[in-house]
Amino acid sequence: MELTTVWFCVVAFLFIGYFVLEGFDFGVGMLLPFLAKNDRERRTMINTIGPLWDGNEVWLIVAGASIFAAFPEWYATLFSGFYLPLLLILVALIVRGVAFEYRHQRDDAAWKKRWDAAIIVGSFVPALLWGVAFGNIVRGVEIDADKNYVGTFFDLLNPYALLAGLVTLTLFLTHGANFLALKTRGIIHERARDASLRVGLVAAVLAVAFLLWTCLDQDQGWVWVLSGLAALTFVGGLIAAWARRDGWAFVGTMAAIGFAVTALFVGLFPDVMPSTLDAAYSLTTENAASTDKTLGIMSWVALIFVPIVIGYQAWSYWVFRKRISVESIPEAVHA
Amino acid sequence: MEALEIARWQFGITTVYHFFFVPITIGLSFLVAGLELAWVRTRNEKWLRLTKFFGKVFLINFAMGIVTGIVQEFQFGMNWSDYSRFVGDIFGAPLAIEGLLAFFLESTFLGLWIFGWDKLSPAIHNACMWIAAFGTALSAYFILAANSFMQNPVGYTYNAERGRAELESFADVLTNKVVLITLPHTLFGAFMVAGGLVAAISMWWLIRRKPVDADAFRSSLRLGAVTLIVAGLGTVVTGDIQGKVMTEVQPMKMAAAEALYETQQPAPFSILTVGPLDGSEPLFQLEVPHLLSYLATGTWDGEVQGINNLQAEYEETFGPGNYKPYIPVTYWSFRAMITCGMLAMVIGAWMLWSTRKGRVPRGDRRWPVWLAVAATLLPLFANSFGWIFTEMGRQPWLVFGLMRTEAGVSPNVGAGTVLTSLIVFTLLYGVLAVIEVKLLLKAIKAGLPDVDPDNETGKQPDDRPMAFAY
Repeated sequence: MELTTVWFCVVAFLFIGYFVLEGFDFGVGMLLPFLAKNDRERRTMINTIGPLWDGNEVWLIVAGASIFAAFPEWYATLFSGFYLPLLLILVALIVRGVAFEYRHQRDDAAWKKRWDAAIIVGSFVPALLWGVAFGNIVRGVEIDADKNYVGTFFDLLNPYALLAGLVTLTLFLTHGANFLALKTRGIIHERARDASLRVGLVAAVLAVAFLLWTCLDQDQGWVWVLSGLAALTFVGGLIAAWARRDGWAFVGTMAAIGFAVTALFVGLFPDVMPSTLDAAYSLTTENAASTDKTLGIMSWVALIFVPIVIGYQAWSYWVFRKRISVESIPEAVHA
Repeated sequence: MEALEIARWQFGITTVYHFFFVPITIGLSFLVAGLELAWVRTRNEKWLRLTKFFGKVFLINFAMGIVTGIVQEFQFGMNWSDYSRFVGDIFGAPLAIEGLLAFFLESTFLGLWIFGWDKLSPAIHNACMWIAAFGTALSAYFILAANSFMQNPVGYTYNAERGRAELESFADVLTNKVVLITLPHTLFGAFMVAGGLVAAISMWWLIRRKPVDADAFRSSLRLGAVTLIVAGLGTVVTGDIQGKVMTEVQPMKMAAAEALYETQQPAPFSILTVGPLDGSEPLFQLEVPHLLSYLATGTWDGEVQGINNLQAEYEETFGPGNYKPYIPVTYWSFRAMITCGMLAMVIGAWMLWSTRKGRVPRGDRRWPVWLAVAATLLPLFANSFGWIFTEMGRQPWLVFGLMRTEAGVSPNVGAGTVLTSLIVFTLLYGVLAVIEVKLLLKAIKAGLPDVDPDNETGKQPDDRPMAFAY
């Protein structure tokens, strides 16, 4: 396999990791106002992801830096082209990240309410906008001969991309609900399971519509197969949630997100950012890539360190494997 | 203003801001790990209380470090897309490796450290902090390797067809003589900040009429002050070597640091100048003869090239243009860096002196409080001025000798868009700074927490509340 293809797969893998992991973080954040009725319940929800969210977010940082290193032209076109959506995502991630660490620093209802709002908005915005961004990447945008995006901000808000945004939003909501059901006992557990079933049905309808649209657009056998698998695993997850099999329900949404993102990347290949102005202007794994020398060195680094990272991150999930409940949350907030 | 200028202001503001949190994170992670190690080894409760106290200060700061760091990574592509296209083949790899090797370590093991008090044995728990600390230093190395390529590009070839720099030797990039000396200088600088912070907070608790936890705070004060002084000496030694490397690879930067317009042999070191620094005769100047020759070349009579001579030389090599950095900024930031660092070391020495042989300073005076505040801020500002000097001294180059700053900016991003993000980040960062300082002061004023050592032994029964929760 070409090294450029290898790195296309690595980038896809990193984004799958990011959406599977931070997807449930966003879900938990978005569900905060719906599943918790008092501060202690809100703290229970936040603490399910407390030790994990930061490590999950690093998947984004590494995915971004990998695009920079392996496909500098893609990185340059994407980040300068999708300027305002990325600015919004950055602001959301900033206030959300700070909120997790600062919310518990003062015992004051107004203070906590403000940080809760930061968590909620800071989770909704990226959950929606990542879908919009990926929808646009797959659909193609106006890229000129100099590889620069020449469309406007509002061009990015087209129906296909907005539908993609709603799909990620509802998928992450369901994923987060399944995660909460898996990680909690008692009242939060019950509410999370209900939420999973309700939002899950909406997500299923939206996702099927979006994947069908993508399949018809791309018309590739593998995109059909992967989209089908995404739909099947998602429905399987819903059935598992209904049957109170929390672990399988979570695996279901995890697999569904993984298959859906894979379908998008397969549909994209060998382009990385197609141009709607002229197919000759499209960025591909070839014309956007770094040299084989750089890709070769990075392949060795990735080959050695990605398994190590997955190993210790898995260990941290194992350490914090126990379900928590409202009773697990200590009265006094101390650090 | 044009997009170029706004993008430069944005990079300057967001980077200086980000680098308030970076040195604290690097230095304090090691100091907190050391405090916890003392607890694990001695089982003296004061070390556990100090670990938790400074651990909280560390975490309030760390959150800001991460979130402002993501902005830095995105910014290269958003505002500097032509730069990213030009250097991506070389510059991207250290960034990606930094994320993969360092950021995952930091974030995962800090998560384990914060929430793992009752889930891990004390030794493993402490190991988590050491690993996170190691991650911060590793991250410093890779990001400095990337930055050093901009100061002194090595290990590349220029591909004219694609109009970009391409990797020739990754080993050369990673062993760039600039990164090899900038890394220890930066790490020592970070330890000065953390040492000053720990010492200052401890001093604040000691100098009151009725000291609380005087024994514990005396220990942490001495730890902080010793760190500040030793790291200070380290920055002096590494800074001296760095000056010689800089003279070799970026002579214009050294000349700009001194506002030395004409080549001189021997060259004096300018302590301060009253005047416009534009090459005209200054109103007043204080100089130490021969000292610049020594700093730049290692010999007391060495020749140091002046700005005008270098300008002429660069015009011959690179064609007509202005190759001078903005001299008042380089001249004064260089002096401000040295002054802040030196003053901080003096305060560190006074802190050690005032606590010698079991003494505690008298608690009825106000001025030691101000010295403590200065011990926190001076090393931090020394770091900022050092970076402002390094980056402004590189101008007009983005990558020295290869790409000028104006050539790197995103061609398709309008001034209004960049201005929008500049305003958004500045306002957001301003608000967060106020909140962060208030929270830090609150955490400091809360003093050493009470601890229950039984709760820290790992493997608690299921029904017990979490030892730590948000």
